[in-house]
Amino acid sequence: MSAASDVGYHAQRHARWHYGEIAFWVIVLACGFLFPSRYLIMTDIVRLALFAMSLDLILGYAGIVSLGHAAFFGVGAYAAGLLSLHGIITEPVLALIAAGLAAMVLGFATSFLVIRGVDLTRLMVTLGIALLLEALAERFSNITGGTDGLQGIEMQPIFGTLAFDMFGKTGFFYSVAVLFLLFLLARRVVHSPFGLSLRAIKNNPLRAAAIGIPVNRRLIAIYTLAAFYAGIAGALFTQTTAIASLDVFSFERSADLMLVLVIGGTGYLYGGLIGAVVFRMLQELFSTITPQYWQFWIGLVLVVIVLLGRERLHRWVLFVPNLIIKQVAGRKAVIAVPESDA
Amino acid sequence: MTSILTNLFDGVAYGMLLFVLACGLAVTLGLMNFVNLAHGAFAMAGGYVCMLLVNKSGWPFFAALPLAFVSAAVIGVLLERTLYRHLYTRSHLDQVLFSIGLTFMSVAAVDYFMGSSRVFINLPDALQGQFDFFGVGIGRYRLMIIVICGLLTVALQLILAKTRFGSRLRAAVDDPRAASGLGINVPQVFAFTFAFGCGLAGLGGALSAEILGLDPYFPLKFMIYFLIVVTVGGSSSITGPFLASLLLGIGDVAGKYYVPKMGPFVIYTMMIVILIWRPNGLFGRTAAR
Repeated sequence: MSAASDVGYHAQRHARWHYGEIAFWVIVLACGFLFPSRYLIMTDIVRLALFAMSLDLILGYAGIVSLGHAAFFGVGAYAAGLLSLHGIITEPVLALIAAGLAAMVLGFATSFLVIRGVDLTRLMVTLGIALLLEALAERFSNITGGTDGLQGIEMQPIFGTLAFDMFGKTGFFYSVAVLFLLFLLARRVVHSPFGLSLRAIKNNPLRAAAIGIPVNRRLIAIYTLAAFYAGIAGALFTQTTAIASLDVFSFERSADLMLVLVIGGTGYLYGGLIGAVVFRMLQELFSTITPQYWQFWIGLVLVVIVLLGRERLHRWVLFVPNLIIKQVAGRKAVIAVPESDA
Repeated sequence: MTSILTNLFDGVAYGMLLFVLACGLAVTLGLMNFVNLAHGAFAMAGGYVCMLLVNKSGWPFFAALPLAFVSAAVIGVLLERTLYRHLYTRSHLDQVLFSIGLTFMSVAAVDYFMGSSRVFINLPDALQGQFDFFGVGIGRYRLMIIVICGLLTVALQLILAKTRFGSRLRAAVDDPRAASGLGINVPQVFAFTFAFGCGLAGLGGALSAEILGLDPYFPLKFMIYFLIVVTVGGSSSITGPFLASLLLGIGDVAGKYYVPKMGPFVIYTMMIVILIWRPNGLFGRTAAR
């Protein structure tokens, strides 16, 4: 088998839907029916999962580190809030897309700053952009409501028929639908030749450029797409909680997002989704033990994960499931976490 | 006119303070190539030690300052030996995650033991108030900061450039393998440098309690300022971060005085523009290898 067809074969094999993936989405949907009293936290997890998937697109696939991903989340959140508050676009789905596009424009504009320089400069520039936006939102408090945030947002029914209820049932299924659609898109993107070229860039930008991949254009494209995703996540936040406040831009939000992705693992799209579930569970657990100081334990988890090494940790977690899969479906079906980032 | 000079003076004091706080980071980030976002935690540790000694045990302020340095340095060397050491060869992302985790832990721990409100250090009378110098109001405390930090800067520059330790450090950073082949104990040099940087941060934290305010969120609030100093200043020498902190200090004080509504906006914009224009910092050759 020639090298080219070999690559093609493996790429296609990875792009196929596995039983595990179908089971995953069935479980997600089932959760919506099994735990009717927990819609709010489940919606929260779905939102976080979408946000984490957005960071995974740039970190896991393109190797761009960002400490300011909350910038796009915040823009999406405020855009959705303002659109609804001033009655410009009242239909939630349209408003969602509009908010995503607003974040996308920002992502495109700032991508030129981000693709320059090395890791450290990127960290600083992304962090700086998020802080800048936070300062701006505080400065123009007549538009954004300042530290009080946007209040009194009332959501219209989705497509004019499905109204948001106070238990968050509609909100949950709406969020899951959005997450699933965007996941399908992301899945298509990362398994396309475009996605493969991104991986090449991540592994070695110089070599990628040498085989004719337009490195900068690809990075701009994926960064813009990730900004769109983050904007949608932010808009979902506003639409399901009916509030947008300054903390959507906060550094903690970006830092927590990193943790989500570190828990779940990068570079296979499900990392963000699984990480979001584990992260929220941990957060709930810690805040029931020590309501005020849960941040300490979150910090401890981060430190321990890094010290143990992320690859080793994921091997441990997958040890038992893989053992079972090996027995049932043979050696080929074993889940392997792709090579780690940066 | 005099108000401009007073502002300039305050800005210089502020900048000097930032330099003492951040120059340890310039060493770890620039020389040792380690992204340590938890640097502010060491500053906070020094500040709280100084506060406890002065307010609770009744030590004189000037006796507590060296102790702030020592305690932060001891914490630094302990963490370096136990944790940081393992991460020197890891990716920047791992280092960032690790140090963010450490920052979160320090914030929550200090909040738990000390409470979340801002603390003040009781200053001796001699340091309070202002005096007029040809019509320019000069705060005594700020004057002291300028003197202490100025002396420290000169000493640091001399140590790095003239002493045997300085050349060993530069050799260890340039090429750790070759340096250890020449008989330099590289881990020891790194540990000592790291501890010294943390000690300086601790001293800076103690000095800054009066001006920047000391509370458990100190490491998060000022993290960006330290990073600005180092990335804008570049990290190939001490002079770069020094000039950058002066610029930042003067810019920030002037910004707050003349355009109070813009807030920190000016600083962030300045940083982004400078980083776009010179990704390796204003005065740096290579910020990260």
